[in-house]
Amino acid sequence: MNNKFGKITTLEHVLRFFQDGMTLMFGGFGGVGSPPTIIAGILEKGVRNLTLIGNDTGFPDIGIGKLVSRGRAVKVIASHIGSNPFAGKMMHEGSLEVEFSPQGILAERIRAGGVGLPGILSDIGFDNEVVTKGKPMISLNGKEYVVETALTAEVSIVFAKKADEFGNLIYDKSARNTNPLVAMAGKITIVEAEEIVPLGSLDPEEIITPGVFVDYVIPSKGVNWKWAWE
Amino acid sequence: MGMGIDTRNKLARRAAEEIRHGMVVNLGIGIPSLVPNHLPKDITVMFHAENGITGMGPSPNKGEEDENLCNAGGFPVTLTPGGSYCDSATAFAMIRKGIVDITILGSLEVSEKGDLANWIVPGKKVPGMGGAMELAQKAKKVIVLMNHCDKKGYPKIVEQCTLPLTSSRCVDLIITDLAVFHVSDQGLLLAEMFAPYDVTQVLSKTGCRVQMAKEIRKISY
Repeated sequence: MNNKFGKITTLEHVLRFFQDGMTLMFGGFGGVGSPPTIIAGILEKGVRNLTLIGNDTGFPDIGIGKLVSRGRAVKVIASHIGSNPFAGKMMHEGSLEVEFSPQGILAERIRAGGVGLPGILSDIGFDNEVVTKGKPMISLNGKEYVVETALTAEVSIVFAKKADEFGNLIYDKSARNTNPLVAMAGKITIVEAEEIVPLGSLDPEEIITPGVFVDYVIPSKGVNWKWAWE
Repeated sequence: MGMGIDTRNKLARRAAEEIRHGMVVNLGIGIPSLVPNHLPKDITVMFHAENGITGMGPSPNKGEEDENLCNAGGFPVTLTPGGSYCDSATAFAMIRKGIVDITILGSLEVSEKGDLANWIVPGKKVPGMGGAMELAQKAKKVIVLMNHCDKKGYPKIVEQCTLPLTSSRCVDLIITDLAVFHVSDQGLLLAEMFAPYDVTQVLSKTGCRVQMAKEIRKISY
C-alpha cells in the first residue's frame, strides 16, 4: 500500500509524542474503544505525571485504567471513576486530582475543543457545586447558564475499526463512543486502527471522522486485556 | 442490594407498565436492566444507552458476545432492528433535548419533592456522576427503583436528602419493594402497594409526609 500522506506509521515512531507531564486525551467508554496498543506503548515507555481527559478511568487492567492504576496520572478529567478502585483510592489519598464533568457535558467540552469553540453554555448539574464551583455564570434570554470550558490536549489517542491512508476513519459499533470527538480535539491525533486500507476503499458516505483531523495511523495488535464479562 | 430476584422482578414489572410502544427509554444498571423482560411482546421500544446505542437489545448468548457492542455498564448487548450507533455527544443530545421518554434508575435517597441523590456518598464512595445528572434533569419521566429502606433499616424516602443531590425536583415515580409513590408539586401520593404490605407498614418506613390516593391499588404479582 502507498503512504501518500506519510500518516501510516508504527507504534515505535509515535512513542516520541508521549512525554512526562503532558495532557493526553483518549477515546473509549469503560475501555471499549480505547486503543490497546498505544496504551501498552505509553505504559512500557514509562511516561509519568499525565493529565488524562476521557469519559472514565476504565477498569484496573482495561483501557486507560492500566495507566491510572499504575500511578502514571496526576490528574484526570472524567465523568466516572467508579469501575477503577485505584482511581478512587488515589483521589482520597491526594495523589490523583479528579475533575468530574457530567458525561454529556464532558463530551460537548471535548467537541468544543475539537471544533474551535472556547466553551459551551450548560444548564446541567446546578444542584451540585462539584459541577458549578468556580465557573462563570451567564444570563441569556432570561435563563442562567454555567460556562463550561472547551477541552483540548497535546495528543489525542483514538481506536478505529478502519483507517485509510489519509486517516479517514470508521468505527465499530459502540466502540465509537467518544472517539470521533477526541479525534478532533488533539493538537496531534494518533489513531490505532484494526485495519488500514488504501485510499478510495472506504465508502465516502460511511466515513465518520474525515482524515483532516488525523495525523498518524498505526496498526492495532488487538485488545490485550480480559474484559470484566469474560 | 440485598433484594431477592423475585422482588427485583416485581419492581421491574411495575416499571414496565409505564412503557408504551415507540418510546425511547434509558435503563440504569441493576434492577432497571430487568425491565425489558416484562414488556408485552407486541410493542417496540428503543432502548437508549449513553455510550451511543439507540435500539439496544438483550444480552447475546454465551460465546456470541461482541467486545465492541456493550452497554454503558460495559456488558455485551445486541442491537434490535432499526437500531443505530452514534458518538457520545449525539447520545447526550438525545437526552438533553428531551427526546428520552423515560429513564429508570436506582437511588440512595429520594426526597418528598422528588430530589434525587444517587451519585455520591462523601468520603466513602465518589464514583462520579456519569450520565445521571443529564438523565435525571432532562428525561421526560424519571422513575426510581430502589429498596424502601437502607441496609440499616432507615427510610430512603425522606423529607430532605442528606446526600449531595444528583438533581432536584426531577423524580416522577418511586417504585420500592413495598409501594409505588407518585411525585407532584403537592408531594408524594401513595397510590399502589405490593402485597402483603398495608398502609401502616408502608408509612412507618417512609421518612416524610405522604398523601393517600382515594383508591389504593394492591399489586399481587
